[in-house]
Amino acid sequence: MYATARAAFWGGVFEAAHVPMLIMGASFIGFGSMIKNMDWSLGDAIYSTLSTWALPGQIAMAEMAAEGAPLMAIVLAVFFINARLLPMVASLLPQVRREGIPAWGYYLGAMLIAATSWVGTMRRLPDLAPDQRFSFMVGYGLLLYTGSPLFTAAGYLLAGHVPEAVALGLVYLNPLYFMVLFLVDLRSRTKVMALIFGTVLGPLTYLFFPDWSLITTGLIGGTVAWLVGRRSTIGETP
Amino acid sequence: MDVFWASPIGIITLAALASFASRALGTALSGRIAAHSPVIEWITAVTYALMAGLVARMIVLPIGALAHTPDWMRLGAAATGLAVFFLSRKNIGLSVFAGSLTLVVLVAW
Repeated sequence: MYATARAAFWGGVFEAAHVPMLIMGASFIGFGSMIKNMDWSLGDAIYSTLSTWALPGQIAMAEMAAEGAPLMAIVLAVFFINARLLPMVASLLPQVRREGIPAWGYYLGAMLIAATSWVGTMRRLPDLAPDQRFSFMVGYGLLLYTGSPLFTAAGYLLAGHVPEAVALGLVYLNPLYFMVLFLVDLRSRTKVMALIFGTVLGPLTYLFFPDWSLITTGLIGGTVAWLVGRRSTIGETP
Repeated sequence: MDVFWASPIGIITLAALASFASRALGTALSGRIAAHSPVIEWITAVTYALMAGLVARMIVLPIGALAHTPDWMRLGAAATGLAVFFLSRKNIGLSVFAGSLTLVVLVAW
């Protein structure tokens, strides 16, 4: 598809510069507003985006810290939420391997893999020559990675300078974004059940034990959904 | 030390390490783990339940500035977002924008 590996890098940059950038940008604007809303500093907001760069975990961290959840509960929740990066990284990296890249290059490259860049790179792999894939992945991920602190800062600064109604709309971007994001792919019965159990258990457990509400919701709702999903799948196969 | 880890920088650092752990492990295991193994499916299910719980709580029982808005406004905005999502054949950007705009209009009214 591209003449050289360098062209593949720029191809990745340009491909990410459209809809993926807009959607991810809006959600990082929401994150910035949220951090401003809980009176943390602009530096904190940017530091979180650059060091974690996986928004669902960042949102959970901020929400739980704001309501005073114990540190252990926050770390566990973030670990579980971002554990989805493990299969993403493990499935993408073998397909972009090429000669001449040292092992640490892949660990660094893994930092550029998050939900948006994973989807964007995976669907292009069949069009790319094997020695161009790593470059494309880095170009695609790097544009999103370098853009996200700018959007985070914009959200933080905007939240302090726009009318209150607009600031609330910015903070509300994230619950809305994740609400629809998880509704995109509903082919798996396990996922649908996990969503339903989580929606019910989340607010309910929060009323009784706010500190460990999310961990309980995830472990109980997720495990039950997984068990039921497995049983029904096994039942269907002859 | 406890004071440091309880500060914003400390919490963010721990959250970042907890996130990088999965990326590092994924790199180390790359090519040696099946994308549809039971463990991966379990992690996915836990994540879906956890995130659904978080989103539901952020909408129904929000904290911070959103807590001062009436319930029906937040629910109305979420319902608008959902309606646009399904009517627009799952256009994420459009539905998020519509939901957020609904809240802005309702609050500003």
